[in-house]
Amino acid sequence: MKKLFAWTSVLAISAIGAASANEALMSEIDNPDQWAIQTGDYQNQRYSALDQINKDNVGDLQVAWTFSTGVLRGHEGSPLVIGDMMYVHTPFPNIVYALDLADEGRIKWRYEPKQDPNVIPVMCCDTVNRGVAYANGKIFLHQADTKVVALDAESGEVLWEAQNGDASKGETNTATVLPVKDKIIVGISGGEFGVRGSVTAYNMETGEQEWRAYSMGPDEDILVDPENTTHLGEPVGENSGTNTWEGDQWMIGGGTTWGWYSYDPEADLVYYGTGNPSTWNPAQRPGDNRWSMTIMARDPDDGMAKWFYQMTPHDEWDYDGINEMILTDQEIDGEERKLLTHFDRNGLGYTLDRISGELLVAEKFDPAVNWTTGVDMDPESDTYGRPEVVAQYSTEQNGEDVNSTGICPAALGTKDQQPAAYSPKTELFYVPTNHVCMDYEPFRVSYTAGQPYVGATLAMYPAPESHGGMGNFIAWDNIAGEIKWSIPEQFSVWSGALATAGDVVFYGTLEGYLKAVDSETGEELYKFKTPSGIIGNVMTYTHEGKQYVGILSGVGGWAGIGLAAGLTNPNDGLGAVGGYAALSDYTALGGQLTVFALPD
Amino acid sequence: MVRPVNSLTVAALVALLPGLVAAQSWTDQPVDPSEHQEEVAVDYEDEGRYYTADDVPTYNIAEDGTVDWLTFSGFRRYHAECHVCHGPDGEGSTYAPKIKNSAVLMDYYDFYDTVVNGRANGNSVMPHFGDNPNVMCYLDDIYVYLKARGMDAVARGRPAKKAAKSEMIQEAENACMG
Repeated sequence: MKKLFAWTSVLAISAIGAASANEALMSEIDNPDQWAIQTGDYQNQRYSALDQINKDNVGDLQVAWTFSTGVLRGHEGSPLVIGDMMYVHTPFPNIVYALDLADEGRIKWRYEPKQDPNVIPVMCCDTVNRGVAYANGKIFLHQADTKVVALDAESGEVLWEAQNGDASKGETNTATVLPVKDKIIVGISGGEFGVRGSVTAYNMETGEQEWRAYSMGPDEDILVDPENTTHLGEPVGENSGTNTWEGDQWMIGGGTTWGWYSYDPEADLVYYGTGNPSTWNPAQRPGDNRWSMTIMARDPDDGMAKWFYQMTPHDEWDYDGINEMILTDQEIDGEERKLLTHFDRNGLGYTLDRISGELLVAEKFDPAVNWTTGVDMDPESDTYGRPEVVAQYSTEQNGEDVNSTGICPAALGTKDQQPAAYSPKTELFYVPTNHVCMDYEPFRVSYTAGQPYVGATLAMYPAPESHGGMGNFIAWDNIAGEIKWSIPEQFSVWSGALATAGDVVFYGTLEGYLKAVDSETGEELYKFKTPSGIIGNVMTYTHEGKQYVGILSGVGGWAGIGLAAGLTNPNDGLGAVGGYAALSDYTALGGQLTVFALPD
Repeated sequence: MVRPVNSLTVAALVALLPGLVAAQSWTDQPVDPSEHQEEVAVDYEDEGRYYTADDVPTYNIAEDGTVDWLTFSGFRRYHAECHVCHGPDGEGSTYAPKIKNSAVLMDYYDFYDTVVNGRANGNSVMPHFGDNPNVMCYLDDIYVYLKARGMDAVARGRPAKKAAKSEMIQEAENACMG
């Protein structure tokens, strides 16, 4: 009966079309039996109300079934489950499989787009893709070559296509899309190719472009109201997207938008972050480089910005601001607040009021972070909201052709895109992190369209004087701004976490383990080694009354490139070289979905 | 006339080695440095640039470990332009082969041609850098650095000691970068 009902409701939605609030989509997302959106929910909490698998029985978990994707390369993101269907995606060539869970996972349809392989090498750091989205009976795929495709969820038939960018200029895509109301919100990659980042909305039913908001440029390009769009409570004023740049550098200014997107239906605001300004040589782009490295809150109807917060003005280390914005409602000092929590690449965990954009907390979520002494929290100060930069670690102050050493974190950040989870039961955030530092030497580069535009050399190594590993999995209190507990890991934790009502938190490791830990204490309750390293995100769903946990294996991405051969520390001198673990000694390529369940 | 025969043999081998073109695995064709010493030996110097008897650029490492300028410069440029696919120190990655070995096993002119024009084998694609001055103006630098890495003549990481940049190298760089 349940099965029949699910399909009927899907068909009904298709027939009616999108309601303005799209309550049908929201009820699909809210149904804990499904995993209808990559981020678990609009709030990006990655929390499931399912509790059949809990901290008392998770130790009995077994592999229920597996599925090979047929593709090597890095597998990020996760499958979706809607009704009886599971939708599995792959890295380039971006195949989508529709698996019928009611028929032992038979492949009901598959879709493989035709893409120019020349897009492959202009994707910085592997051909990953963070998964498909679902709304109104459609599956939305955003391909590597930036084509957005709407597929009929039942048949796989192409309903519409839209070309978002131009791969010959280095514009590519790795991200999923966000379905909101009657639109699909879409980002872009290519910050290392001098792409000017933007976010674009397409009509969910027709694929027509509705608005585009650039990260930098004239006011009409970046969709701001100089009087009413605010930065830390003050109007941004006119020309805010050009007046902190020298000359026309903003036209190749970066600020790409390849991370995760969240949505607050009540406030009707979409939240996301922008990436690094290009080039990596800060001397070539004087000024704050607004609005790179910025948290943005926009109206999904017309793209108009409500508020911005630039975390790292004038980036000197490649600390992209694209990581997820996790929306929670919590009490601070006896007052119920609507919060946004963000773990930035720069190593600071930020808590903001998501309605006003007020900065509440900014604290290091890895004690190794050393490029800043902290953020000025005094609203009366001239430098309110700015991080104080430590001169020794400033690649700008040290200058071009100088190797700045011992900077923590490394360019991949204390955390990259791998999304954290939040449990409303513990009010803790569970954060996969990198524990890696770097040497960074900027130098002059020239721009050629479609060619890398980097301008810095860097060497990375595990954080010195620590546990020797390259990662931690931490629990974070976003109101106190404190680490509650921290699990050292040999490699960076590059997998998205999942928290459940069963008081369990799941995450994957680069060696390939799926791990389950106690949400209160971090105690390890279960682990299983999957066939390849994990850079995918853990998801859960129910089928015929039984809870399952799914994870994509398939090592790759930035982690696979940087860590495959192991890291060396040039400052350790001769003899220590090769002393750190090489990921290639632990795992090899291969895309596979592993689905776990309790024994019957 | 041992050298030309070797060169041809290597070129023929390269054409047959799936590891070099397919990039499907992390296990690329290994290099035994003792078999290639003659091919990398310095024959003459031209104002800070070093060449083999066949006029192919090569590295020069002094007894105290000081590397020639091009090898150092190649380290810098490699870790800006190439390492995001080929991994740190030319060591390869989950994504692309150990290019330090390709620099030894491939003929200089084939290596050059591959960087300029790129090449593809199914879903493994080497991009073309022919119109990228950040690569083309430093291609010999990158080549000799990777050759030194493939021959184990320099260790992983940043070379500690380097020769000064000669006036001729500086002039050539200025002319090339514009």
